[in-house]
Amino acid sequence: MSIDAAMVRKVARLARLRLDEDRAPALAAELSGILAWIEQLDEVDTEGVQPMASTEAVSLPMREDVVTDGGDPAKVLANAPKTDRNFFVVPKVVE
Amino acid sequence: MSDLTGVTLKAALEGLRTRAFSAEELAKAHLEAIEASRALNAYVLETPEKALAMARDSDARLARGEARPLEGAALGIKDLFCTEGARSTACSRILENFVPTYESTVTAQLWRDGAVMLGKLNMDEFAMGSSNETSVCGPVINPWRSRGSNQPLTPGGSSGGSAAAVAANLALGATATDTGGSIRQPASLTGTVGIKPTYGRCSRWGVVAFASSLDQAGPIAKTVEDAAILLRSMSGHDPKDSTSLPVEVPDFASFVGRSVKGLRVGVPKEYRADGMPAEIESLWAKGVEWLKDAGCEVVDVSLPHTRYALPTYYIIAPAEASSNLARYDGMRYGLRVDGGGLTDVYEATRAAGFGREVQRRILIGTYVLSAGYYDAYYLKAQKVRRRIADDFAAAFERVDALLTPTAPSAAFGLGENSADPVAMYLNDVFTVTVNLAGLPALSLPAGLDAQGLPLGLQLIGRSLDEGTLFQLAGAMESAAAFDHRPQAWWRA
Repeated sequence: MSIDAAMVRKVARLARLRLDEDRAPALAAELSGILAWIEQLDEVDTEGVQPMASTEAVSLPMREDVVTDGGDPAKVLANAPKTDRNFFVVPKVVE
Repeated sequence: MSDLTGVTLKAALEGLRTRAFSAEELAKAHLEAIEASRALNAYVLETPEKALAMARDSDARLARGEARPLEGAALGIKDLFCTEGARSTACSRILENFVPTYESTVTAQLWRDGAVMLGKLNMDEFAMGSSNETSVCGPVINPWRSRGSNQPLTPGGSSGGSAAAVAANLALGATATDTGGSIRQPASLTGTVGIKPTYGRCSRWGVVAFASSLDQAGPIAKTVEDAAILLRSMSGHDPKDSTSLPVEVPDFASFVGRSVKGLRVGVPKEYRADGMPAEIESLWAKGVEWLKDAGCEVVDVSLPHTRYALPTYYIIAPAEASSNLARYDGMRYGLRVDGGGLTDVYEATRAAGFGREVQRRILIGTYVLSAGYYDAYYLKAQKVRRRIADDFAAAFERVDALLTPTAPSAAFGLGENSADPVAMYLNDVFTVTVNLAGLPALSLPAGLDAQGLPLGLQLIGRSLDEGTLFQLAGAMESAAAFDHRPQAWWRA
């Protein structure tokens, strides 16, 4: 499956990456090259094979649903680009 | 006093305990070496004040006879590990000013055991790369050069800074991480020892995430025993990482030096790559001889899906990365590029903050997970992943470990593979299989090529059987007697 510039722009939008318009065709060629190489996987018979998401046989552990950490807003906000009192300041979402 | 940076971790720990030198002297010797070796670009942050404070604390404990397992050991930390109060960037512009308010579990355990932090080590951006060239801080230069050449070579990646620092005696050992070969390939290219333990051995908490089902921390060290000592401190169950395994941590160093007589080692024929240099082939054969001489039984095995591991990885890893890196939105931490509405800020921030290779992988990952393509790519890759893991399971019914080359070539020139992403990805052809299967694997230096560059061999073990790897690697290290060192051309 080859990717064209329109698909690159669509995927970039999904990934929230601004793309300079002139980069899309080159990226399309690059990604198509990678995907063409990946498509050798079609040779592998995977009929009836269970997909593998984790290398661990055990299921994820459960714990009590209790607060174990927190109560330190200064630490949480320490690296924020913009704050006001104990809040993150973000661009306006609703007009 | 002779140069304190030239000793192994094991020898340094003994010297500290017998008070032959102090932790402060050891730290100072390393800090001076680091300062004089900036041409290598191995460190992206030097933390001399922290190092000296920790060293003085170690000296006080040594004086009281309260030495902990790594008391006074001067280590470098890959910049992927969050270190409290010390900038941690993953060598990405998007985290260029990030100063964690917490410590990763792995580094916290090293400090708990008395280690001293020298600084943060260069790496490929978000650990995505095999040459350290995607770092926003610029590439690391390999301390090794081809005989009679001044051409700068890559130390490999993504843990290029860790490997170069250990090879150039700028740390007694270093932390590293491995998602597709990022510990073992740089170890191979720099004449150092690196082990990626079983998935779940080391906590991923506080390690900047790349591909969470593949990422594992491990050490790069000067010797097999040093790697074993470091891995013990780095390992252990951590409730803060749900994939961390609740299992005992063996005394890995106790396996080094044990007889390997009677162990069965498999040689997988599929690791004979097209166009592989004859030197790697003959070194591999030499490795087989060393093991036979030490009493191992060596048998041929087949891992039929080996060639599909790399394309499988380049679906799974970017898919997980695109999901993990969604967190860099410019709102809570990291770079923010203002202007326009919320979506504009997201898009501008991520475009400015991520380098080209990271953007490429985010795009691939987003594509293979998007509606209409998920089954054809992502689900298919997860099924092939199972096939690859099943190959290993079948092989380990017959053998205790596998022996392969670590990388398909010795260190290559900076810029040599950067134009073609797939050519760069092929560096990981022998290492990526075990990440998909979650198995432990170790690379150790086995010899030099005709240009005088180090080459590594890789041992792959059963899940949670790092002990056997250390046992075999110890025997091979003795047989190889690799005592070559790079010429210190970089010293200011």
